[in-house]
Amino acid sequence: MSNFGLYEERIRNFDWSVAEKELEYRDGNVLNIGWYCSDRICLKGKGDKTALIYEGFGGINKEYTFNDIRIAGNVIGQFLRNLGIKGEDRVCLFMDRIPELYLSFLGALKIGAIVQPLFSAFGDESLFIRLENAQTRAIITQSKHISKIRKIRDRLPNLEFIIVVDYTTAKKLESREIVFNLDESEPVENIEIYPATAESPSVLHYTSGTTGQPKGVKHVHYSIISQYLTTKWVLDLQDDDIYWCTADPGWVTGTSYGIIGPWSLGITQCILDAGFSAQAWYKFIENNKITVWYSAPTAIRSLMKAGDEIVREFNLSSLRHLASVGEPLNSEAVIWSIKMFGKPFHDTFWQTETGCIMITNFPGMKVKPGSMGRLFPGITGAVLDPENYEPIAEPGKIGLIAFRPGWPSMMRAYWNNEEKYREKFKNGWYLSGDRSSIDNEGYYWFIGRDDDVINTGGHLVSPFEVESALLEHPAVGESAVIAKPDEINMEVVKAFITLKPGFSPGPDLELEIMNFVRKKLSPLAMPQAVEFMEKLPKTRSGKIMRRLLHAKEWGEEIGDISTLEND
Amino acid sequence: MEDIKEIIRKYVINEYLEEGEEITYDTPLISSGYVDSFSMVSLLVFLENKFKIKIPPSKATPEAFDSVNKIVDLVNQFINK
Repeated sequence: MSNFGLYEERIRNFDWSVAEKELEYRDGNVLNIGWYCSDRICLKGKGDKTALIYEGFGGINKEYTFNDIRIAGNVIGQFLRNLGIKGEDRVCLFMDRIPELYLSFLGALKIGAIVQPLFSAFGDESLFIRLENAQTRAIITQSKHISKIRKIRDRLPNLEFIIVVDYTTAKKLESREIVFNLDESEPVENIEIYPATAESPSVLHYTSGTTGQPKGVKHVHYSIISQYLTTKWVLDLQDDDIYWCTADPGWVTGTSYGIIGPWSLGITQCILDAGFSAQAWYKFIENNKITVWYSAPTAIRSLMKAGDEIVREFNLSSLRHLASVGEPLNSEAVIWSIKMFGKPFHDTFWQTETGCIMITNFPGMKVKPGSMGRLFPGITGAVLDPENYEPIAEPGKIGLIAFRPGWPSMMRAYWNNEEKYREKFKNGWYLSGDRSSIDNEGYYWFIGRDDDVINTGGHLVSPFEVESALLEHPAVGESAVIAKPDEINMEVVKAFITLKPGFSPGPDLELEIMNFVRKKLSPLAMPQAVEFMEKLPKTRSGKIMRRLLHAKEWGEEIGDISTLEND
Repeated sequence: MEDIKEIIRKYVINEYLEEGEEITYDTPLISSGYVDSFSMVSLLVFLENKFKIKIPPSKATPEAFDSVNKIVDLVNQFINK
């Protein structure tokens, strides 16, 4: 029997207080996620239970009990506090998926800092934009990433501390750099927990939009209420489960369901810090007897591509429940997982801004392959008519996916960007930016984005950010960036470019431009195709018509071109 | 003339590794995380440009790119064809 039970029963008289009661939280109490995910679990008698099984590349293995992660969180929290870090200071976590990343998350929250996790593959410019926007005071990182920080630190006057967790004497420390070694630190049995309340800020995740710079999505400690309950009901985590969330904590899935959800439930989770390989993944599942696996369509399609034979080389019978997030899960992937694992991947839909799963195929319920599923109890959702922002009642008609605000993990603000935050609401609805239809059983069917944001491998990339980076290349005159269809990643970045006088198009320049963006922003943002053009299509007022390029790339109707500039 | 193996190794070090990191011809590149699946595309473009070859998508797999030696084997399949 799943934790969730029957949909109709859960929907009836649902109230988020069900999670509050289970977490023994009462309105007005101190609510600190760092404490709830470690100290509270120990107080429940699970201090000796394994919290984290870590495997790094090359056979590096570590294990931590809940008492270990409680103490490690204390050590890191105390270290930060001794530096003078205080409540609501921003502390960036810029690390690969090493244990210190997860433990620093707890430690920073315990002292009330706002955690700003950033994907460690980000290039220096992506890092700079986000650290500057958040006015980050400290960054916790690894030696291998320090050169990126050194390139930008002089432009970041608020960044006082660059904390290196794996320092070796091979590199000389420079200005503002401090060594911290968790394994060599004295245990800290008790630490004064920051008295966060429900609305105290907790996590700042950055997300991309069509225009402007990335936005910092502010979450609060009360988000744990939704994250706890959705983890329990949707991912169906039970006390003896071994859980693997493949997401990086640089993205919201990696914190909501890669830290807060499982650890607030006292569940053992596994981390694999290595590049993708089908063999390594299956071996990891077999070795650790993973029971619940939360992954992404891009990974699932990559596993499909690796073939069926390799699956049969491993004993994957421990798998009990599978779920997916990041982009729409195609029906072929669901059908394939039933064939190979004897169970379907359950699609889940949510966003950085929502903080928790909003629409899903629930355990024990009929999965409609290709559908996102139904609304989570307590979530009021609809598809809206884009003309008047009124809900569409007709089944099958496409509209904008929208939710009534008010669930616990709803974002509270875009950091220092009130205007963009307000733009996300119309007629009292939060607009997700995605389009879908709803069938007559309440299942949502994803159609696509309502804007030009590129969803590649489950991560959003802003065309504006890539275009801006391209313009910094000495050969680039103008640029337009769109999504290109891709079998594995759903979409990838494609750039259309005009060159400045004196430069000629060619494969070497194409490669140079690709690498330029990769290093400056990230591998995700790197154009996987570059098309050189004599001129870009523009309106008579001079605005580049990205829509036209997109339509041609996707073989769609070009639509109204009356505003197109003539030669 | 510098051999293919060394050209590829130097390119990987210069383009994908962090300062101070080193690899041998057998160091895993993809499964170790040195080169991710997105960056693999730029490595593919480099090989095609440098050696004037065309590698079909079906051959450009993470396994075939997982070390300098494996990449050399792949490139040799298409050189002089």
